[in-house]
Amino acid sequence: MILDQVIFLITAVVVLTAAILVVSVPKMIHAALWLILALAGIAVLFVLLQAPFFAVVQVIVYIGAIAVLVIFAVMLTRKAMQDDGPQLNRYSVLAAAVSLMLFAVLTGMLLSWDGANNLPVNPAVNPDTIVNLGESLTNPQGFLLPFEVASILLLAALVGAIYIGREHRAGKEEE
Amino acid sequence: MNTIPMSYYLVLSAVMFTLGAIGVIIRRNPLVMFMSLELMFNAANLTFVAFSNAFGNANGQIFVFFVMVVAAAEVAVGLALIVAIFRTRHSIDIDLMNTLKN
Repeated sequence: MILDQVIFLITAVVVLTAAILVVSVPKMIHAALWLILALAGIAVLFVLLQAPFFAVVQVIVYIGAIAVLVIFAVMLTRKAMQDDGPQLNRYSVLAAAVSLMLFAVLTGMLLSWDGANNLPVNPAVNPDTIVNLGESLTNPQGFLLPFEVASILLLAALVGAIYIGREHRAGKEEE
Repeated sequence: MNTIPMSYYLVLSAVMFTLGAIGVIIRRNPLVMFMSLELMFNAANLTFVAFSNAFGNANGQIFVFFVMVVAAAEVAVGLALIVAIFRTRHSIDIDLMNTLKN
């Protein structure tokens, strides 16, 4: 199955290039567009990992909703950050060094673990994955309670975002 | 059929997570910091799905579901906060957000 490896390598290169550009390009709107490319690459990797449901959810939720939210926020606050000003904060060199240490520790830990090289990534398709997901999300012995808590969290975030984001002129009139 | 070793996925997500971490701590622009946060979420999700696949257990994918829920909530509230801060201070420079200091 050399095709899998070719697809993986191309996707990995695209994702990493897009991720580097998200972090480094000065214009926010360009960073948002590169972020969409990186998220699409992750969706491709989900397909390679036999997780079709999450590949679709990735496209709908991340590319469809979160990316649009980010682009709207960029457009609403565009004049606030001139794209030509200094982009890095005062401690950027120290911060980059700490991040590289984080990378060294992460890869060191992950690769020193035996399973990293022995554990097969299983290409055998399990046709019941989506059925399993749905059943365990609605099973009281499974993940029903966390599922309901997640819906409450989303409702709370919705109400909170509307409250924070609205103009407060109306509120002042009430006072 | 071990076509793509697990370590490839792990290294890819480690690199992606580190890029996100670099973006969060060195950029001054909170929106770009949000985008870097999304990169970190996605790196973690990739690891969850890779392990879920390797162990043949769907629990990893269920965790990805909850990560996505929390990420969506975080982005909605965070972007509303940024827009609100922009409205009151006419700037979203992260170095100027020091009203709570002292």
